Amino acid sequence: MTKTLILLGTRKGAFILESDGMRRDWQLRGPYCDCWPMNHVIADPASGTIYAGGGNEWFGPAVWKSTDLGQSWTHSSEGLKYAEGEEPIKAVWSLAPSARGLWTGVQPAGLFLSRDDGQSWRQIEGLRNHPTRPKWTPGGAGLILHSLIPHPRDPQQIWVGISAVGVLHSANGGESWEMRNRGTRADFNPEDQRYPEFGQCVHCVVMAPGTPDRLYQQNHCGMYRSENAGREWDSIETGLPSSFGFPAAAHPRDRDTLYLVPLNGDIAGRYVPDAKAAVWRTRDGGKHWQALREGLPQTNVFFGVLRQAMATDRHDPAGVYFGTNTGEVYASADEGESWRQVAQHLPAIASVETLIVD
Amino acid sequence: MAIVAITLTPALTRLFPGCPRLLEMEAANVRGLLDALDAQWPGMRDRLSDSFPRIRPHVNIFVDGERSVLETPLRPGARVFIITAISGG
Repeated sequence: MTKTLILLGTRKGAFILESDGMRRDWQLRGPYCDCWPMNHVIADPASGTIYAGGGNEWFGPAVWKSTDLGQSWTHSSEGLKYAEGEEPIKAVWSLAPSARGLWTGVQPAGLFLSRDDGQSWRQIEGLRNHPTRPKWTPGGAGLILHSLIPHPRDPQQIWVGISAVGVLHSANGGESWEMRNRGTRADFNPEDQRYPEFGQCVHCVVMAPGTPDRLYQQNHCGMYRSENAGREWDSIETGLPSSFGFPAAAHPRDRDTLYLVPLNGDIAGRYVPDAKAAVWRTRDGGKHWQALREGLPQTNVFFGVLRQAMATDRHDPAGVYFGTNTGEVYASADEGESWRQVAQHLPAIASVETLIVD
Repeated sequence: MAIVAITLTPALTRLFPGCPRLLEMEAANVRGLLDALDAQWPGMRDRLSDSFPRIRPHVNIFVDGERSVLETPLRPGARVFIITAISGG
């Protein structure tokens, strides 16, 4: 029987919500990973292995791993370190399986690759050797590498998002990197420096399915689409209630469909606009936006949704899921048309991902 | 090299199945002790010290009642407590 899993990274461990292919009833399991703060919990769809990346104030960063859908876990951080004298790694922030191995992004910003399924890592030094690095400055969550987008067909290509540095792309497996921020704003800079080469506060970058040149980006200052692999970005925020938000989730098959959760603004409390929850969806690549509210609370809602806390599944119709910084999970089994709360009273949710086991 | 008596916090031993809370090991200093622990329970050194390298800021290693650093020497029969600081949230 098909299993549908929602993988949750929270302030106090990893959790798993499990249902079948219908996605009506959900059972919660966890907390896992000894209640460590987990920034990103993902699954490798090829193997079914679940990885959880985070960091513990006592014991430092690590990636936890389960090969039995969460029943048992091991952890490792072998090689997940910078050179002596450099600021040590505080936490793992992002994970992405690929043909080359398990890409792993950390705080302070850096990139590692595991080629043995999360047993050991080596640093992709080209990123930290970028000539702009001495000028990188952290965003509110720290200098974190949060978005990892391996090219689906070319293993040499990868994009990363770093707050508050911007988007970078490598075409040679991480040896060298190019800034890809043209067209994205930095409203927090002086008026004549609003479009720098780097320093933009990218919040989340996702790739359109089947179209590697099309990227979507939720930024601290606007929502953007690129048709040329990030070389240039066009604003698509017209029609949205706010230019500020954290997550973005692409549809599993339709390159023109994208989901966002705009918040009311960076100095306005960072909760849903008018204290009413809504997921905003475009069906035409960002030309038009529609608020999806059915089943979502519409009074006195003061939650936010963090940058990695929204995801879709590959069912048809696609499921859409988001978790809040107040520990609630909402699920839609009909592409966002209607929603149900499927978990509450959890710790603050940092990440939401899905796994389907046939 | 000195044989020392070590007490480990349960917050640590639960991360390494089979690791006892009380044990004896041989090492010349705290750094060597972490190496010895890591040899027996791979990954334990990374939990207790960072890449700087130093003992992690929220981990305390007491040697004969005094907070230690990696270079702190160990005398034969020393009592070592590896414990977590009061922190979290």
